[in-house]
Amino acid sequence: MTTKSISLTVNGKTVDQEVEPRTHLADFLRHGIGLTGTHIGCEHGVCGACTVLVDGQAVRSCLMLAVQADGAEVTTVEGLAGNADDLSPIQAAFREFHGLQCGYCTPGFLTSLTQLLMENPDIGEEDLRKELSGNLCRCTGYAGIVRAALAAAQAYKEAAATGMGGSR
Amino acid sequence: MTTQMVGKPIQRVEDKDLLTGKGNFTDDIKLPGTLHVAFIRAPFAHARITGIDLDAARDLAGVHLVMAAADLPAPAKGKRILLQVPNPAIADPITQEPLVSDRVAFAGEAVAVVVADSRAIAEDAAEMVMVDYDPLPTVANLAQATAPGADKVHPHLADNVAARIHVGYGDIESAFRDAAHTVSVTLDQHRGTGNPMEGRAVLAAPNALDGGITVWSATQAPHILRRALVDMLEMAETDIRVIAPDVGGGFGPKVQAYPEEFVIPICAQMLGVPVKWIEDRREHLLCTVQERDQTWSVEMAVDAEGKLLGVRGRMQHDQGAYLPWGVIAPYISTVTMPGPYVLPAYDLETQVMFTNKVPTAPLRGAGRPQAVFAMERLFDLAADRMGLDRAELRRRNLIPAEAMPYSVGLIFRDGQPLVYDSGDYPRCQQIAEEKSGWADFPARREAALREGHYIGLGIANYVEGTGLGPFEGATTQVLPSGRIMIKTGAAGQGQGNRTVYAQVAAEAFNVDISQVDVELGDTGKIPIGVGAFASRLMVNAGSAIDVSAGTVVTKMKKIAAAAFEVSEDDLELVDGTVRVTGEQGPSLTFGEMAQMASGMPGYVLPGGQEPGLFATHYFSPPQAAYANGSHAVEVEVDPETGIVRIARYIVVHDCGRMVNPLLVEGQIQGGLAHGIGNAFLEKMRYDDDANPVTTTLADYLLPDADNVPTAEIYHVESPAPHNPLGVKGAGEGGTIPAAAAVVSAVEDALRPFGIQIDEAPILPERICELIDAARQDTQEAS
Amino acid sequence: MKAAAFDYHRPANRAEALDMVGSLDNAKFLAGGQSLVAMLNMRYAIVDHLIDLNHVTDLAGIEMTGDRLRLGAMTRQRAVKDDAALAARAPIFAAALDYVGHFQTRNRGTVGGSLGHMDPSAELMALATLMDAEVEVQSKAQTRSLSIADYPMAYMTPAIEMDEMITGVTFALPGEGHGWGFHEHAQRHGDFAICGVAALMELAGGTISRTAITVFGIGMAPQRARAAEDMLASQTPGDDLYRAAADALDDLDYTTDAMASAAYRRRLAGVLTRRALADAARRAGGDRR
Repeated sequence: MTTKSISLTVNGKTVDQEVEPRTHLADFLRHGIGLTGTHIGCEHGVCGACTVLVDGQAVRSCLMLAVQADGAEVTTVEGLAGNADDLSPIQAAFREFHGLQCGYCTPGFLTSLTQLLMENPDIGEEDLRKELSGNLCRCTGYAGIVRAALAAAQAYKEAAATGMGGSR
Repeated sequence: MTTQMVGKPIQRVEDKDLLTGKGNFTDDIKLPGTLHVAFIRAPFAHARITGIDLDAARDLAGVHLVMAAADLPAPAKGKRILLQVPNPAIADPITQEPLVSDRVAFAGEAVAVVVADSRAIAEDAAEMVMVDYDPLPTVANLAQATAPGADKVHPHLADNVAARIHVGYGDIESAFRDAAHTVSVTLDQHRGTGNPMEGRAVLAAPNALDGGITVWSATQAPHILRRALVDMLEMAETDIRVIAPDVGGGFGPKVQAYPEEFVIPICAQMLGVPVKWIEDRREHLLCTVQERDQTWSVEMAVDAEGKLLGVRGRMQHDQGAYLPWGVIAPYISTVTMPGPYVLPAYDLETQVMFTNKVPTAPLRGAGRPQAVFAMERLFDLAADRMGLDRAELRRRNLIPAEAMPYSVGLIFRDGQPLVYDSGDYPRCQQIAEEKSGWADFPARREAALREGHYIGLGIANYVEGTGLGPFEGATTQVLPSGRIMIKTGAAGQGQGNRTVYAQVAAEAFNVDISQVDVELGDTGKIPIGVGAFASRLMVNAGSAIDVSAGTVVTKMKKIAAAAFEVSEDDLELVDGTVRVTGEQGPSLTFGEMAQMASGMPGYVLPGGQEPGLFATHYFSPPQAAYANGSHAVEVEVDPETGIVRIARYIVVHDCGRMVNPLLVEGQIQGGLAHGIGNAFLEKMRYDDDANPVTTTLADYLLPDADNVPTAEIYHVESPAPHNPLGVKGAGEGGTIPAAAAVVSAVEDALRPFGIQIDEAPILPERICELIDAARQDTQEAS
Repeated sequence: MKAAAFDYHRPANRAEALDMVGSLDNAKFLAGGQSLVAMLNMRYAIVDHLIDLNHVTDLAGIEMTGDRLRLGAMTRQRAVKDDAALAARAPIFAAALDYVGHFQTRNRGTVGGSLGHMDPSAELMALATLMDAEVEVQSKAQTRSLSIADYPMAYMTPAIEMDEMITGVTFALPGEGHGWGFHEHAQRHGDFAICGVAALMELAGGTISRTAITVFGIGMAPQRARAAEDMLASQTPGDDLYRAAADALDDLDYTTDAMASAAYRRRLAGVLTRRALADAARRAGGDRR
C-alpha cells in the first residue's frame, strides 16, 4: 500500500509528511508529529477524547484519516491558547473549577467546548449537558466541567462582542 | 504567621500541563526504536488449545517476534502470576499465565503475542496466527456455576467454589426467634467495568549496560507490579525499575499485575529494544478486571419498636475465571453489611464461585456497594412492612456518636478487629433528610402524581473502611536550592496527589506549595511502597509526608538553634528561612541550611546532627480509618418507558479532616457518577456461552454529562484518631451507596404500582416489566 | 484497534469517482466516515480501496422547491440541522438531526453516508421513510432513482450495486402548516435509539387530512405504520385516538437484540407514537413549540 504526501497546518505551523492511508488523524498527530496532547480513548468514535478542531470544527480525530486532513487547518489542545505558556479561557476555567482529574479526556472536552462556546456563548446548562454527551469523562462526574464551561462562556461572549477572534 | 495550606481548596499543581497537552502518559513516551504489540486473544470462553501456527505471521514484513506460551523463555515459562493477597479461605489460588499454554478460561485471554514495527502491522500479523481450539463446556453465571452437576471452570478442581467465607457474631437464632417482624429478599447485582479513559499501557526498555529493565505502566501500584515482576523474571529488585507516569484514571482495575505486564518486558528482553503495548477499548472490555456481580439471599429481624435484632443469609460472588486479587472484594462485602447500624447479631455464608468470565477484583467501592445495597434494601422493605417511614427506621438503628469508637464484632480486611474510629452517623442522615426535604416529600410526591409525574426520594447510608495499610513511605528533603522535595511511591491516577502532598509539606515548612516538588510512582526513587487502592493514599502517604517533613523541620531547628545559640522553641520557619521568632534577628534560608547540613570538607557538622536535610518515614496505620456518609436522591421515572432522570442528589460526607475540599468534592462527584452508572446504565453483558456482548462504548453505557447531576455536597469532619493528619479516604464514598439510594428512589416514585426492585443496575426495560407484572397481579387479584 | 491496509483515492469529480468504483476491486466510498472509519478501525470492515468523496464538489447542497426537498449526498448533517429555511418549512429535520450522534460527528457526517450505512436507528433513514423519499443513485452506466420503500435490502445493506454511488435524496415535504412529532428512546443523548417514532399530521377543518408515522430502531429499517395511519384518516385528534393508533402497531417487525427485547420495543413504539401524534396535532393546530 503506497503512502501519500500531505500538507496541512497544525497549530499555525505547516506540516508536510508522508502517511499511510490507514493512519487516522489522531495517530498522525500523536506519533507522526509528536503532538501527544490529543488522546485516544476508544478509537470508535464514542468517547470524544481525541477531538480536535479541523477548520474550526470539532471532529473525532480517530474517525478521520490523516490523508483527509491534507490542506486543512488543524488545532489541537496544544494550540488552543495563542501562546504556549497561556491558558485559553476554557482551559483557565477548567483549572479554576476543577474540571479535570486525570486529564486524559480533557483535550477532547476543551476542543469541543471551544467550538461550542464560540458558536453559542449563551448556552444554558441543560443544553450544554446535552451537547457534552459526545465526550465521556470517568473521573469528574462532569460537575466541574459544566461549571467551567458556563463560567468561560462569558469570556467567549466578550470576545465575540469585541470581534477579537485571536486566541481560541 | 503560619501559612495554612491544609484545608484549603487550592487549585491543582497538576493542571497546567494536563490542560495544555503536556501530560506524560505511557503512550506519550517516545523511546528510539520502540516496537509495538498486538495480542492474539481467545474467541471462546472455555477451550483447549490444540494447535498454534505462527509461521505466516512470522513471515510478514515488519514483524520481529511472534510467540506463544511454549516459546516463553525461562524462568517465565510455565509460571503463573504471583498472588499477592493470599487468604486461607481460597481452595486453589489460581492466577493467569502470561500467555495461556493449554486451556483458556475466559474469552479474551491472550494466547500469543506479535511484536512489529507498528501496532497496525502487529494487528495484520495477529490475524495470520492460526489457533485451533477445542471448545469446552462453559459456566456463564452463578446459576450455572452452582447448579447440581455443573460444568467446571477448572476441570482439575472438585467444583466451582473458589472460596468459602463465613462471618458473623451474636446469637442469630434468638434474633430471628424473638423478632416481631422479619423480611427477606434475594438481590442480583450485575458486573460493571472500570473504564478509565486511558486503558492499560505498558512500555518496557532493557538496559544494555546492567542487564536491568525499566517498565513504564499505567498502573495504580508500581511497587506491587515490581514485586510480581521479580517473582516472574527471577531478577533482583534493584534490576527492575517500574515507573507509573501520568495515569489516566484507575478506579481499581489498574492495581493488580496483568499478563501483558509480563509479556511486554519479556519481549523487550528477548529483542533488546523497547516494546510498547497500549490496551485498546475492546481489550479493556474483554480482559481488564470487572466487579459487582453478586447474589444475596438475606433476611432481617426487627423488634416491635423497630430495633434491629439480626441479619443473616447467603451470598454468592461471581469471581470469573481467576483470582488476581484473591477474595478481597467479596470479603469486604461480607464485613461492610452491618454498616452504620447497631446490629446485635449477624451471620453470612459466602461462596466465591468461578465462572468462565474475566476475573473480578476491586473496582471503585470494592464489594461495598453490593453490601450497602443489600442492607439498605432490607431497611426499605422492613420499613414498608412495618408501615414506618424509611428514614425513621434507619434513625432508630444508627450507631450514636457517643458510642465511638464502636466495635462491630468482625475482623476487617486489614486483619484487625472492625472498630469504627470516629463519626456522627445520625447527624449525617439528619442533614441528608433536611437538605432533601424528606419530611415534606410524601406530600410533594402526591401533588406531582396528580400532575402525572412519578417522583421519588431515596436514602442510603454507608460506612467505608479506608486508608488501609500496610504502609506507605515518603522522603522529604530540603534541596540546596531551598526547595522542598517529596518522594513517595504512592502515585495517583488523577486524584491530585501532587497537590495534596505538596499542601501537607508546605504546611510543615510554612511555605507556599509552589516551593514543593513531588516525585511519585517510581520504584527507582523510593525503595518500597504499596499503591493506590482502598482510598488509602492520603492516610498512608499523607501521614508519611507529614511525619518525615516534621522530622526535617525539627532537625533544621536544631541546627539553627546551635548556630544562633538560642532554644529551638525560639525559632520559626518564615518565607523559606529559619529565624528567631518575632524579631529581625539572625536567619538562615532553607538553601543555606541545606548547604550547612551537607557539610564542608574538613569541618565538623553543626549542631551534632546527622548529615543532610532529609528524612524518610514509613507510615503504618494501626487500623483502617472509617469514613461514612448519607446520600439522598430525588428521581423522576417515566413509567411508560422506564427512563429514570435524577432531579437532585444530596451527599453528606465525612472523610475526617479534609486536606483540600475542592479535590474531596471532585472525588465525591466523580465517584457518584460511577455509582449512578451502576444504578441504571452500566451492565457488562455476556451471552449464555459467557461471550461478552457489550464490547464497545456504544454498547456498554458510561454515564454522560446529561445523566449525572451536580451533587449538593455537605461535609461533616470527624477527625480520624489513628493518623497525624486526621484524614480518612475520600475516593469511593460517592460510589458506594449510590445504587442503593437511586433504586430506593425509583421504587418510591413507582409506589402507585407497588413494585419491588431486587437488582442493580435497574434498566428501563426491567422497570417496565416490573410495572407490567404488578398490574397483572392486581388484575388477577381483583 | 487499527484498520487493515487499503489504498486511498481522491477523485475530483463524479466521473472520476464512478470510474474508480467501477474498476477497483473491493472498493468503498468514504463520505463523512463517522461510521465507516470506526468499522475500519475495528476491522469489522476491510477494504482494498477507499474512494474519498469529500473533494467531489457537486454532491453537497440543500435545495427546496415547492414541496420537494433535495439533499445532496455529501451535505453535512450539521448543514441540514442548521439550515434556517428548512427549519422554517419543516422543523422536524432540525429536531431529528439533533439526535444524530453528537455535534462533533455531525460536523463530518453526511446525509448520503447515513443512508448508505443504513443503521436501523438512523434518523435520516426514518425521515426518508416518513416523507416517501426517492434515493438517487448513479453508476458509470446509468442514473436511477429508488423509492425508499424499495431501498433497504438486508440488515445495514441498501439495494444498490457495488458500482453505484448515492448522489442525493429527495423528500416529499408535508404541506405548509403541518404538525410534526419526533421522539426517541435511548438512555443517553445521541446513542443509537432502541426505538424512535417520527410523525407528521395535517388538519383540515379540525379533522386529520393527512398523517404519516414511521417507527425506527426496531428492526432492519424504519417502518411506516400504515394501519395506524389509515385509522387516523378523517378523525378528530384526541388522546383516545392516539391510544388507538398506538394499539395498531402490532403488524410491524420488532427485533430482539442485546440491547432490548422485541416486546419492549413494541411497548416503546406505542408510547412514542402517542406522544409524537400529540405533538403533531398540537403543532398542526397552530401551537408551533
